[in-house]
Amino acid sequence: MATTADLLALLEDMNAIIQENKNYLTELDMPIGDSDHGINLARGFQAVVDKLPAMEGKDAGFILKTVGMTLVSTVGGASGPLYGTAFMKAAATANGKTEISQEDFLSMLTAAVDGVKLRGKATTGEQTMLDAMVPALEAMRAKTGDASPSEVLSAGLAAAEDGVERTKDMIATKGRASYLGERSLGHQDPGATSFTLLFSTIVKRFG
Amino acid sequence: MVGIVIVSHSQKVAEGAMELALQMAADARIAAAGGLPDGGIGTDFQKILEAVERVASEDGVVILFDMGSALMTTEMVLESLEGINAAIADGPIVEGAIAAAVSASIGLGQQAVLEAVRQAGTEPKLLS
Repeated sequence: MATTADLLALLEDMNAIIQENKNYLTELDMPIGDSDHGINLARGFQAVVDKLPAMEGKDAGFILKTVGMTLVSTVGGASGPLYGTAFMKAAATANGKTEISQEDFLSMLTAAVDGVKLRGKATTGEQTMLDAMVPALEAMRAKTGDASPSEVLSAGLAAAEDGVERTKDMIATKGRASYLGERSLGHQDPGATSFTLLFSTIVKRFG
Repeated sequence: MVGIVIVSHSQKVAEGAMELALQMAADARIAAAGGLPDGGIGTDFQKILEAVERVASEDGVVILFDMGSALMTTEMVLESLEGINAAIADGPIVEGAIAAAVSASIGLGQQAVLEAVRQAGTEPKLLS
């Protein structure tokens, strides 16, 4: 069970891991995109932590909506509307909540995945962040039952990491990389990578 | 008159397309929303929102976009609008902006302007 104070601490973790990996994400984006993924997300998550004082004492829905709106307004690249939508859709399932259970978290992630699919008009197998998000969600759903929260989250992370690896065998048909066609083969998707980094902070804090 | 917004990853592309369109229809209501606030490449929610509000009237707004996140950011702007009828046009931004500006300035409605942009993308550019 996570409280809203845990959620605010998590946002600090997310910002930290994005700042640490800013150059790595940008390097991944160089051969297949517009070389701005790390820079864009770093700007966005910095703006999110700048707004933390305004989120203190609020419910999870308000916090996640603020994160989403901030990312949309500050990221600039495709990851802005995509992560923005993900957080805003998750927010809609968490209105009024001050504690988040495992089931709540799975509902949030399901809404986020559906939101990203709709916003990006994308599905799995197209070398996008969905190739990490969907396997993570499916692995966690398959684990629930008598598994501990830690086991569920770890299964999600392992599936996301595996998903990132698999993007190297895909040809991009969405986003700027789609202009490259088969030349996108062999490259690891930056969006799937950044999702997995963000997800790892959840696992570390709550797993 | 229908308002026109040109959304591009580049401020120069958005402004250049607007410049060309205004040369054909000087009285058109056009706004450019290109690039990030610091002038970098990307699309900015706030810039697009302000551009839509600037050219909005009861005749509605037509928005042209260049690619990728320009569409996603514009969709999010549309979802946040209240009381403004804005629609996204499917067509090339240079030829489309000119077609939209001319159609809007002669008093065509929002649907006709959207159609003019779409048509601009289907006309062959090489005639022989």
